[in-house]
Amino acid sequence: MDVTSILFYVFSAILLLSGLRVITAKNPVHAALFLVLAFVNAACLWMMLGAEFLSLTLILVYVGAVMVLFLFVVMMLDVDLEALRKGFWKNLPLALVLGVVVLLEMLIVVLKNPMVAAVANADPVTKISNSNKLGWVLYTQYSYPVELASMLLLLGLVVAVALTLRKSEKAAKYQNIAKQVATDSRSRFTMVKMDAEVESKGEQQ
Amino acid sequence: MIDLLQHYLGHDLGYAVWYLIKAVIVIVPLTLLVAYVTLAERRILGFMHARIGANRVGPKGLFQPFADLLKFVFKEIIIPAKASKAVFFLAPAVILICALATWAVVPFNPDWYFTDVNAGVLYVTAIGSLGVYGIILAGWAGNSKYSFLGGIRATAQMISYELAMGFALLGVIMVSGSLNFIDIVNSQASGRLAGSALSWNWIPLFPMFLVYLISGVAETNRAPFDVCEGESEIVAGFHVEYSGTPFALFMLAEYASMILVSALTTIMFLGGWLSPFPHSWGILGHESMAWLVIKVLILLFGFIWYRATFPRYRYDQIMRLGWKVFLPITLVWIFVLGAWMVSPLSIWQ
Repeated sequence: MDVTSILFYVFSAILLLSGLRVITAKNPVHAALFLVLAFVNAACLWMMLGAEFLSLTLILVYVGAVMVLFLFVVMMLDVDLEALRKGFWKNLPLALVLGVVVLLEMLIVVLKNPMVAAVANADPVTKISNSNKLGWVLYTQYSYPVELASMLLLLGLVVAVALTLRKSEKAAKYQNIAKQVATDSRSRFTMVKMDAEVESKGEQQ
Repeated sequence: MIDLLQHYLGHDLGYAVWYLIKAVIVIVPLTLLVAYVTLAERRILGFMHARIGANRVGPKGLFQPFADLLKFVFKEIIIPAKASKAVFFLAPAVILICALATWAVVPFNPDWYFTDVNAGVLYVTAIGSLGVYGIILAGWAGNSKYSFLGGIRATAQMISYELAMGFALLGVIMVSGSLNFIDIVNSQASGRLAGSALSWNWIPLFPMFLVYLISGVAETNRAPFDVCEGESEIVAGFHVEYSGTPFALFMLAEYASMILVSALTTIMFLGGWLSPFPHSWGILGHESMAWLVIKVLILLFGFIWYRATFPRYRYDQIMRLGWKVFLPITLVWIFVLGAWMVSPLSIWQ
């Protein structure tokens, strides 16, 4: 067995184990951290395939931004662990059925889909850099889908801002930055001229 | 060298040992530089504050960093009650690994690098975005409200400034048409004003250069952006619960990432190892690693200078600067740059 396959098995094993720990870890912060580990290992696997752009983007977007924000929220939540585990046995049958259905669907896709075989036999991209190639395809052949997707993302961004913007409420406090910047020393303190105070002799002892 | 190693150790093992040696060659001088940057910081701050600074250990205080290190090593490591132990020790490791791993793709001159990857810029941004985990985990694991607040502040700040930094780098990528650091530096050597400091990226990309420089200070959580360890409000911020060697690791990582940001600014905008003088000036005009080191040292001096000069930013001002000032500036300049590059006035043909 050469080094590449050893690395492949190591990364895959850590990926699967950390995926398992995401759903079994008691502490939600630990679960989120295992998810991070899973992402990093998936990125390593992609890197081994020569897909450096996808791999680094996975780390940049999912690990570097999405999971940080996720962790941010999870850490600030005061999670009651007992309440989380309360309905375990009641919900188990339904969850099992759903899990089996998802597993079957994935198996069908992997085993029956002709595209999988096509991907497996595809030539690895070696001559031209991966990011270069992806850029060419995305901005020429698939430029309309890219534009559509970006419009959708923009829409999501605007909606998120619109939903949380509370300018009308009186409780919201705003600062007038221009006013703050335009201030000068005279509006902050004034120089006052006064005589030196001499303590009277009666107080000195 | 690598042939010799592979001859004795076999193909794969020889390869691994060769890279291990290369890593040591990069990391040992880096650590020494970190040690002396801490000393330089104390002496320069002292000078700027009109006091002496550390001058007792060794001649001119030159052995001070080693005295500091010994002291850190022999301090007891205290673990807070109810701390999440594994995460508590994971945090300094993560932050240090991220600060050092980025050096894997940084070239020191055209022939001298650890690895030469095509997606170097992408790799640096990806690993750089991982560094925030060290801070957020350190803040959380200590089971202290102060450190937690510090961790949260740091996270929000780093996420905000990462965007502006990314867009600033996008300008560099547009101009040089490559994600490879060596190509980026080489592209700065060409153009109408080739062979002088005027052909480097900092002039046509001046707004982005400024944004990158300032965001670099914010990304490393240095003054005036050091709210995550704002000692006037939250004691020492995210590392308040750390002592001994783990604390030393945080310091090491902070200075290593300062050096890294300086090196990246140099490579992206200041021509890396290119000489600021024309070729006809003999040895002064040649490209060499010394130029890279000199530029990095100047930028590092800037880091210390800012710390002595500026008062700490208020938290809402930091957020405003990142989102409402830097991000629009870089976005607008990307459009300007795009138009400039396709216009007849383009200087990158």
